[in-house]
Parts: sequence; C-alpha cells; structure tokens
Amino acid sequence: MSKQVLLIEDEPNIIEAISFILSRDGWTVKTHSNGADALDILRDRKPDVVILDVMLPGKSGYDILRELREDPVNAAMPVLVLTARGQSKDREIAERAGCNAFMTKPFSNADMLETVRRLAGT
Amino acid sequence: MPRDTLTGSRIRERRVMAGIKQSELAKRADISPSYLNLIEHNRRRIGGKLLINIADALGVEPTSLTEGAETALLATLREAASNTDMGEGEFARVEEFAGRFPGWAALLAENQRRIETLQSSVEALTDRLTHDPHLAASLHEMLSTVTAIRSAASILAEPEDIEPEWQRRFNRNIYEDSARLADTSRSLAHYLEASDTEATETNAPQDEVDAVFNKTGFHIPALERDVADVEDVTAVLGEGVSHSARWLLHRTLRRYRDDAARMPLAVCADAVAETGSDPVALAARFGTDVASAMRRLASLPDDLLAEPVGLAICDGSCVTTFRKPLPDFPLPRLGAGCALWPLYRSLARPMMVHSEVMEQSARTSARYRAYAIAQPTGPVRAGQDVLFESHMLVVPEPSRDIAEPIHEVGLTCRICPNSSCEGRREPSIMGTTDAWRF
Repeated sequence: MSKQVLLIEDEPNIIEAISFILSRDGWTVKTHSNGADALDILRDRKPDVVILDVMLPGKSGYDILRELREDPVNAAMPVLVLTARGQSKDREIAERAGCNAFMTKPFSNADMLETVRRLAGT
Repeated sequence: MPRDTLTGSRIRERRVMAGIKQSELAKRADISPSYLNLIEHNRRRIGGKLLINIADALGVEPTSLTEGAETALLATLREAASNTDMGEGEFARVEEFAGRFPGWAALLAENQRRIETLQSSVEALTDRLTHDPHLAASLHEMLSTVTAIRSAASILAEPEDIEPEWQRRFNRNIYEDSARLADTSRSLAHYLEASDTEATETNAPQDEVDAVFNKTGFHIPALERDVADVEDVTAVLGEGVSHSARWLLHRTLRRYRDDAARMPLAVCADAVAETGSDPVALAARFGTDVASAMRRLASLPDDLLAEPVGLAICDGSCVTTFRKPLPDFPLPRLGAGCALWPLYRSLARPMMVHSEVMEQSARTSARYRAYAIAQPTGPVRAGQDVLFESHMLVVPEPSRDIAEPIHEVGLTCRICPNSSCEGRREPSIMGTTDAWRF
C-alpha cells in the first residue's frame, strides 16, 4: 500500500502541481484547503507525511502544528511547513512549533520530493 | 572628569585676531613666551589671576576665553565618534579638534546630523516594509503565484513524457497564473509609485516641526494679533511639510494662539520686566496654569527676556513633543535625554512645580534654573484616568555662590561622564573607564 501525504494548502494551482509530482512518485495525495478544521482531518487520516502551508484561511499553519503536537499520539507525525516568508525568524517560529522540515515558496519540485521521501523515512 | 581644554585655543585665536605677537602678549601677561605657547596649545591649564591678566592684555572679558557656545557641536562630534572604535586618547582630543579646525568640525557635525536623519529615514522605511499590510499581502500573493508557475513549469520542462491531458492542464494553469502575476505586480508598482511621493515624510514629523521653528523662530507675530487665524499660519509655515507634521504644527500653533490670547504680549512685557523668566510668577499674574506660562515665556521675542529660555515638552511616554533648545543646552533630537532632568521626574509627581538649579556635568561653566511641571493633557473627568504631559523651562543663570543645591545632570547617557549615576541606561563613551565596569 502506498504511503499517504496530506497536503494542507489553499492555492489550487500549487495543490495541483504538488499532487502531480508526488502521485507520479507513487504517493497517495489527499488535499485540504481550510485551516479551521485541518486538525480534525489530520487526526482522522493519520497521514505518513503532512505538508502544511502557513497562511491558511481560518487558522494559521503554526497554530495547527502547535495543537497537533500537544497530543502525544501525533507528536512524531512528520510535518513539512511551507511558507512564502523565509526569514530566519519564520524558520524559528516553525521549528519551535514543532516542524520536521521547513521549505520556502517558491520551491523546486526536486527538493519537495526529496524532503517528503526523507520525512517518510523511505 | 573632562574639562574645557579649549581656553588656550581661544587665547591664540584672540591674539592672532588682534595682531599681537606671542612674545608681546607673554610680556604683557608677565610670563615666558614658551609657557604661553604651551597654554595656547592647550597643554597647560589656565585660570585665576593669569587668565585675568591675559584677558586684560587682549582687552576681552575673561569669560569669553573660558566659555564657548560649542556644547552642541562637541556633543555631536562625540556622537559621531561613539559609532567608531576610536581610542580613548584620540577621543579625549575632541575639544582640541573643534578648537583648531572649527570649519572641519562643523562639517563633521553637520554630516553626523545628516547621517542621523538618514538613519531614521531608513528605519521608517524598513518599518513600513515590515508592517505595511498591503505590501505584505501583495508580496504573499506574488510569491504564491510564482510558486505555482515555477512548479508547473518545471513539470513541463522535465524530459519525461507527460500525458497530453496533464500538459494542457499545466499550460492553462501557467497561463492563468501569469495573468494573475501581471495584475498583482502592476498594482504593486502603482502602490509603490503613489507612496513614493510620501517618501520624504519618513523623517519623524517632530523633526519637520523642529525645522519650521528653527527657521521662523519661536516667536510668531501673526499669532499675537487680536484676530489670529491658526489655519492660515499653519498653511504658511507648514508649506511643504508632510501631513503628519502639519497636524503636529497645527496643534502647537493652536496652543500658541490660546496662550497668547490669555497672556497678551504687552502685559507679558511688563510682567517679565518685573519678575523675569519666572513661569510661576507669570502664571499667578494671569491666573493661568504654570505650563501655559512656560510656553508663553518660550514664545516671547528674545529682546524681552534677559536671556532666551529653552523649553521641552514630553508626553507620558517621555517622547519629546516640542523642543526649543538653547545653544548651551541642546535637547536630544532622537531618543530620550537625561533621566535626571526634572522634565521626566515631574511625571512621578504631577502638578508639583519643580524649580532647581542644574549644571551639565560635562560642562562646568553653564548653569540653569529648570522649572518643570506635569499637568493633565486635557480636561479631567469624573471617574476617568488622567494622562499627563510634562513641561520643562530652562532659564540660564549666572554662576555665583548660592545656598541652593546644584543638581548635576547630563544631556544623554552616551556622552555623559558621570559614571556613578543611578539613572544610567547605557555606558558612556567619555573615556571614563569606570563607566565600563558593570
């Protein structure tokens, strides 16, 4: 059974591109575009890797990540934070919130693929 | 403690101006020419009888040799040096430098002030870039679009075959996204162009208002008339200044008009002739509050007062909202002054009039009486908290023996030699090594 990536991102064309790249590599890609209920989806689906955008409608990616980590069950779920803000303080915030990887937009497809593979431990 | 080492330079300057030879002056003052030479090069301290003899021989007042109006200049030069790693030995020669090369020193000071202005512009711009919500939103939108384009374009550019249906989809996505990118960048360019005209306004509005008063003076005849139109005067004086500076100027001028109406110039002239620059006496005479009387004294024409007075007004956050500096008592342009000033201390004891004699510790010759009071900024209302603002009037005083204690204050910590001060918030650069021991 192929591994599952949950992509939480609200930009349709970015969703399409990432989905394409990862699906072609053999991943099952599920997507979700709203921050408000993203946490519920994460808890339900228990994906192998999460790609989490920061600027989401409803709730920020950082808040979602912080709440996710509060639950010991999900403390180890691999999360890649994706953001258009690449300053060192943004990276710090993401790391303190508990991300496993940090990537700034625009990203290269190869980096994205490699990071997701690394996070899944494959 | 640094001392005024410029006396020698002034003697030399006066002697050369008077066309007297060094040997001749030495003879008249009854000292050897080589000793005078040492004095003139600021290598020997001079005071007392000898100073009076030399002043006599030159036909000048002794004080004109020991006092100069270069406090502000020296303060600025020290500021300039503080940003470098200049050694203590060189730093201590600042007065000698100012004395020997007055033109170059003035140029350096001017450049330092310019750098400060530019720095605050840069800070304001950075602040705008960081906090401008429109700019942040536009950039985010552009980066998102670019991300989508780049990702889709890389997929298409790969050597691997892609199904025609996906090819069409990504082509369409790129097309749509590029149109979006064009829109966003166009609107961003518009926005930046529009705000370009505001770029001159990145100076603190307070600086602009300072510039207006420094140009026109602190006495404004147009506001002394029976019918004074604040709007008109603001329009004339505030020509070319930014919107925020005009707002600030208008507020200041409206207060001026109100003060002038309550304390007419002719009556002020009589009052001042009687009681001098005493704001408490002036307030009693007109039945006004002391802060208004302070503002009124600072707005009188210079020839009415024995000596011009300085005024600083700060709000509850200790930010200076109005400043009328004196040549020997500069008020910091940016950042706060000395915590020992009654201007700030009075905020802790509102409505009490502080009146005290003070000397700046970096300079022994100049003495002032400072009056300060913190008053409510507006009408007081039942059950509501009151905001205070503080006024400090600085009146020059002759240096003579008095029973009253003399408060030693500074200008701002960085250039203050008082190493044991409890109000110190940063180390001094004045070469007193004690200041560096924490």
